[in-house]
Amino acid sequence: MNTKEYIASGILELYVAGSLSEKENEEVYATILKNKELLIEVRSIENAVLQLTAAAKKDAAYSFDDIKAQLTVKETKVISIKKPKTNWLQYSGWVASFLIGSILMYTLSQNTQLKDQVANEKQQLEEQIDKASTNLADAQKLIDIFRDKDIISIPLVGQQVSPTSYAKVYWDKKTNSIYLDAKGLPDPPKGKVYQVWSLKLTPLTPTSLGILDTFTADANKIFTITNENQSEAFGITLEPAGGSLSPNLEQLYTLGAVSS
Amino acid sequence: MDQEQLILQFQNKDVKAYEKLYNLYCNSISGVVNNIVKDNDVTQEITQDVFIKAWNNAESYSPQKGRFFTWILNIARNSAIDYTRSKKFKQSKQNLNADFFVDILETSSSLDSTTNTIGLTDFVTKLGDTCKAVIELLYFKGFTQKEASEELNMPIGTIKTRNRTCIGELRIMLGV
Repeated sequence: MNTKEYIASGILELYVAGSLSEKENEEVYATILKNKELLIEVRSIENAVLQLTAAAKKDAAYSFDDIKAQLTVKETKVISIKKPKTNWLQYSGWVASFLIGSILMYTLSQNTQLKDQVANEKQQLEEQIDKASTNLADAQKLIDIFRDKDIISIPLVGQQVSPTSYAKVYWDKKTNSIYLDAKGLPDPPKGKVYQVWSLKLTPLTPTSLGILDTFTADANKIFTITNENQSEAFGITLEPAGGSLSPNLEQLYTLGAVSS
Repeated sequence: MDQEQLILQFQNKDVKAYEKLYNLYCNSISGVVNNIVKDNDVTQEITQDVFIKAWNNAESYSPQKGRFFTWILNIARNSAIDYTRSKKFKQSKQNLNADFFVDILETSSSLDSTTNTIGLTDFVTKLGDTCKAVIELLYFKGFTQKEASEELNMPIGTIKTRNRTCIGELRIMLGV
């Protein structure tokens, strides 16, 4: 259908009247968009109808001012400008919830840490109590030894090499054992070890009672040593690690004679 | 200014643009409403209401659906018809339903000098009855082609061509 035929069909008059279906309206609109001549025709028809209908007006003249006040200019535009402004309430809400969340997380982790710490300390405390009770038992044992009337106490005094050194031997003849308190001896230098000797004085005959190879590690420095000799004196020398067959008297640290 | 441009501005809630559209169409809307309700005060009220409604529903208009004039014409017809269904109308007006726009034109006492009313009245009087009826139904009452065809007992195709001829004569008379 060419433009002339399209116009002649009368569809444009119906288009202006609004008598066409929605689909037809869209088709006419699309056709008009492509053809300027059709738009001119439509405007002309519209103009004619406009005048015809206006001729049926009988009431008073119209003024836009009569309705102007009732035309609500929607605030949407104004709001749309304002909206990008920072919505502090919303932001502070997010910040607050983030803070609360962070604090909660922090508290939880602190709590876990504290629990671990408490468990750790508890274990350490248990170990200490255990150790203390062991120590107490040891101390009790020592006291028992010192109080025993059958035990002889022999002080060993510092010699030329180490005048400040001292030691004490508690000799229990019933059990043929001595308890050596070596607290007064300095830690032996590396590669050296204290060796304990039982001495007979005339003639001077030393008998090795053993080396104190656990000296540094031992906390109370009390050593229990078997002694079946008829000792007249006790001495402690510093010897190379592993000990010596006979004492190096130049490195005699302490010496003490049995008094009775 | 281009009419399409005006309508776009109106849809963007431009009051100035709307004033131009109002001045272009208010008399036609008044004429159509008057033809239905046949009361000057009510017509004025409804016409103004039509323009407020159109403003509030500006976003619902789309050129794809038809001309802006056709759209607002439709709002006017519906508002007027709604009024005729109201109790108020039924109590006051009972015997006016038979009146056609032609009668209004012929009895019009307030001729508006800016429109070619005198010539129009002459023209309308000379129109054949079919033309009068077709124009009345399609433009003043908003009948669809099919409804008009049923009302006038005429084939749809005839309505279409008859209407074209009638509007054609009107355009010649008006020089548009």
